[in-house]
Amino acid sequence: MTHHAFTMPITEPQARALRVNDTVTLEGALYGIRDANLIAIFDKGRKTRFDMNGHAAIHTAPNVRKVPVSAQNPTGYEPMCVGTTTSARMERFTAPLLEQHGLRLIIGKGGLGAGSLAAFAKWGGAYLAIIGGTAALETTWIEAIEDVDLDDLNPESIWKFRVRGFGPLLVAMDSHGASLYDEVDRKARARRENTLARLGVK
Amino acid sequence: MKIDAKQVEDVARELYIRALKILPPDVKEGFARLAAAETDATARKVLGTMITNIRVAEDTENLLCQDTGIPIYNVTIGRGVEVIGTELKSAIRKGCERATREHPLRSSIVHPITRKNEHTSCGPGVPAIHFEFSDAPETLVIEMVPKGSGSENNSWLKMAIPAEGVGAIKTFVIDCVLEAGGKTCPPTIVGVGIGGTSDLCVALAKQAATRALGTTSSDAEGAALEKSLTEAVNSLGVGPQGLGGDSTAFAVHVEIAATHITMNPVAVNMQCHSARRASASFTPAGVEYGF
Repeated sequence: MTHHAFTMPITEPQARALRVNDTVTLEGALYGIRDANLIAIFDKGRKTRFDMNGHAAIHTAPNVRKVPVSAQNPTGYEPMCVGTTTSARMERFTAPLLEQHGLRLIIGKGGLGAGSLAAFAKWGGAYLAIIGGTAALETTWIEAIEDVDLDDLNPESIWKFRVRGFGPLLVAMDSHGASLYDEVDRKARARRENTLARLGVK
Repeated sequence: MKIDAKQVEDVARELYIRALKILPPDVKEGFARLAAAETDATARKVLGTMITNIRVAEDTENLLCQDTGIPIYNVTIGRGVEVIGTELKSAIRKGCERATREHPLRSSIVHPITRKNEHTSCGPGVPAIHFEFSDAPETLVIEMVPKGSGSENNSWLKMAIPAEGVGAIKTFVIDCVLEAGGKTCPPTIVGVGIGGTSDLCVALAKQAATRALGTTSSDAEGAALEKSLTEAVNSLGVGPQGLGGDSTAFAVHVEIAATHITMNPVAVNMQCHSARRASASFTPAGVEYGF
């Protein structure tokens, strides 16, 4: 169990060095992605001007406030509450994000599936678990919204956050085929029969 | 007692914001209870982060979770309350929209086909507004529940048959918890509806999922099931966030309605650990806020 302090972006060897149960803290850029913007890019042929090569993206759509454009708020958006959404809905986008956009790390909650685990192995990436439903805390790790793209999809725009001490995040899926979610799921399903028997189900 | 629509609008606005920021005391106690009993090291850390978040949200007056949810308002009308129903509904809707624009809040509501977001937290049929009646003299209560989508996306209905017995109900609940894994943001409140028609069964599951912790089913069979199912669910090892541990659910809640001789329906609806709700009581003495 190693702790990794990453200043984004990172290299493939850095991503491949991550093992489940390691922890990670991020500094610098973090992209916000989710349902509508990923559907726009991969199903509707829209392009993003963001270069995510070597970067991390979080499954999110923040609460923001419109403010005058300033050095602190260059987009005219101030972050109010930034949290994490359920990753499972974005499963089919992991492989193309890694292959076509060079993304290295996905931050989310609840885990991703077999397709994503294979993509992490093939392209060199990892899934970092954040604690879902703890957005007030997460917001304290966000310094600013640096940029925004596809903002007609607001709040499901692609956000570029600047973060400081973002974490610790738990490596829950790595590039070596390990997934904490699969492990927990396997153990839980193995307990199903006993649990039902104790409930008197024949 | 006459209800003023403008006051209802202000209260509906305030309730949405309060619900998003302050977790009810029964849920905080639920966290303390789970954290004290948890045996898994990772799970203890995860619960600790959740408890820290509750404090940070209060200290910074921020939302507990970025998911502003699907807004639900449950209205209970007592005796001797004079109110025009249509005006009450439109006042609640306006209050919900004002909370979204004025705070501001992320509008999480879109048209289901066009996916267009009006940035009002409102749309056709949303906010969901439900009406119930009570014998409380000169009292009108509005409860607000911002229902998060991570847990709402894990909702199930099974039209089991009598030959499958109560075993089908128990098996279904266990299988839903396994299927949900970490996607529902556990520890959850697992709401189980048993009986009724298909729509009533699902509504019962939602009532069960959003009921205060520490309350029990008014039906003796339902209450017994709550106890055995809570223990069973927490023996599976799914744990907080699906990362393993004892704390899979705060509780399993059961709500029951009679059903047809040919039917044995069961529905499951879950509430995430950010089990948010707020309420306001209108009496001749004024408006009092609670949970």
